[in-house]
Amino acid sequence: MKNYSVFDVIGPRMIGPSSSHTAGAARIALAARKVAHEKIKSVKFYLHGSFAQTYKGHGTDKALVGGFMGFATDDERIRNSFEIARENGLEFEFIPTNLGEEFHPNTVKVVMTKYDGSTLEVIGESIGGGNIKIVGINGLELEFTGSFSTLIVKQWDKPGAAAHITSCVAKNDINIAFMRIYREEKGENAFTIIEADNDIPDAVVADIKSDKAIIQDAFIIRL
Amino acid sequence: MNFKSGRELLEKCTENGIGIAEACIVREMELYGRSREEIIADMDKSYRIMRKAVERGVTEDLVSMGGLIGGEAKKLKTRRESTAPVCGSIVSKAMGAAMGVMEVNASMGLIVAAPTAGSCGILPGALITAADEFGKSDEEIVNALFTAAAIGIIITRNATVSGAEGGCQAETGAAAGMAAAGIVELMGGTPEQALDAAAICLKNIMGLICDPIAGLVEAPCQKRNAIGVANALISSELVLAGIGSIVPFDEVVQSMYEVGKRLPMEFRETALGGVASSPTGCTLCSRIFK
Repeated sequence: MKNYSVFDVIGPRMIGPSSSHTAGAARIALAARKVAHEKIKSVKFYLHGSFAQTYKGHGTDKALVGGFMGFATDDERIRNSFEIARENGLEFEFIPTNLGEEFHPNTVKVVMTKYDGSTLEVIGESIGGGNIKIVGINGLELEFTGSFSTLIVKQWDKPGAAAHITSCVAKNDINIAFMRIYREEKGENAFTIIEADNDIPDAVVADIKSDKAIIQDAFIIRL
Repeated sequence: MNFKSGRELLEKCTENGIGIAEACIVREMELYGRSREEIIADMDKSYRIMRKAVERGVTEDLVSMGGLIGGEAKKLKTRRESTAPVCGSIVSKAMGAAMGVMEVNASMGLIVAAPTAGSCGILPGALITAADEFGKSDEEIVNALFTAAAIGIIITRNATVSGAEGGCQAETGAAAGMAAAGIVELMGGTPEQALDAAAICLKNIMGLICDPIAGLVEAPCQKRNAIGVANALISSELVLAGIGSIVPFDEVVQSMYEVGKRLPMEFRETALGGVASSPTGCTLCSRIFK
């Protein structure tokens, strides 16, 4: 059984009314925005399960847009996130849907359209107490929680990729808590996700991206 | 200084001649490598938010997202200022404080989950009201919040504080138990008395289901937070008078968990049973989500 911190039971500090429907929703959208890490023209939120049924009464919609604008779960601007997003030229839409039995009752699929017309899809589950799990990027099943400093690398599925990434991480004195590699097809796109106990510095990203033959993209997610 | 049960916590307190709050602070320093100052400053930040939420309930006109609640804290204050409350002044004030925090929560205001958003009125409502009544300082209140946290940590570890998993008994029961333990330490009671007060709170509402109308954190949640502060105040008064819990805290937590697990899913936050599925509950639900 797990140890809990004082601040797990008195906390999180959050905008109400529900840790899973409001705080968790904001964190999923924030994570999705960070996965995109470039300017987004429009976003569609596909709401599944309890999110689809009760999102208006719980302010899940405002929390999603607020998180997407980069607001933390205790940021009072979440209340007025629609107005703030519109002022910033972001288009957004909510679509109740059924993603299927295999998904948690509080799941949202975030589909983002960039200015070049390309789209990016992130699926997140709100698993209780404001905690979340990202379970998919662009149709690829993967998993991270955002509770740790998380490094995400998009690489070609080629020999040497993992060795290159871990050596860059080791060089910056980062202790890996969890590391997983996912790929779409043999020789095609692959993702490496590294979660670390201490904060992963931005220098690691530059080191990893220096090998352009293997690495497509790399970025850090801190929620 | 880690403790996994009430019994272990009592042992640590006795061995080191310290209170629950101190044991909890030292545990946090050891487990997470943070300094005492950092941890206390972090808790102080949450305390300020709790106090602000209590004030907002009686000074602002708050309307909930679902429209089922709003204005209750003010109504209690108005009556309290014009006549003697049936339940006495301190209970009326604590109820109002708890209901007001729930109004802040339901209107998308800033609160501290304690241990959950659905029970976020009880700890500030009971603890801050009792502390103000007896002229306690901010430092003493922050200290009592660590006592409350220790109780919450043990219940979360060995049972659950989630309504979806264990019903309202788990959620508002844990919150009341946390508040009662904090009040006991604030009033100079012993660690054993603090645990007994928490045990009594859990026993008082054992079996209480979670049946939110339309699935929203509004009704009956807000009134159950009012009951929760009364539960905390009554239980702390019992133990301070020397009336202990016949069944030890750890066994009560275990019983609560077993009851929670055996509650049908209709009674665990799904809004499919209890008052949520009453004719009025269903009518309100279809009106809110039309």
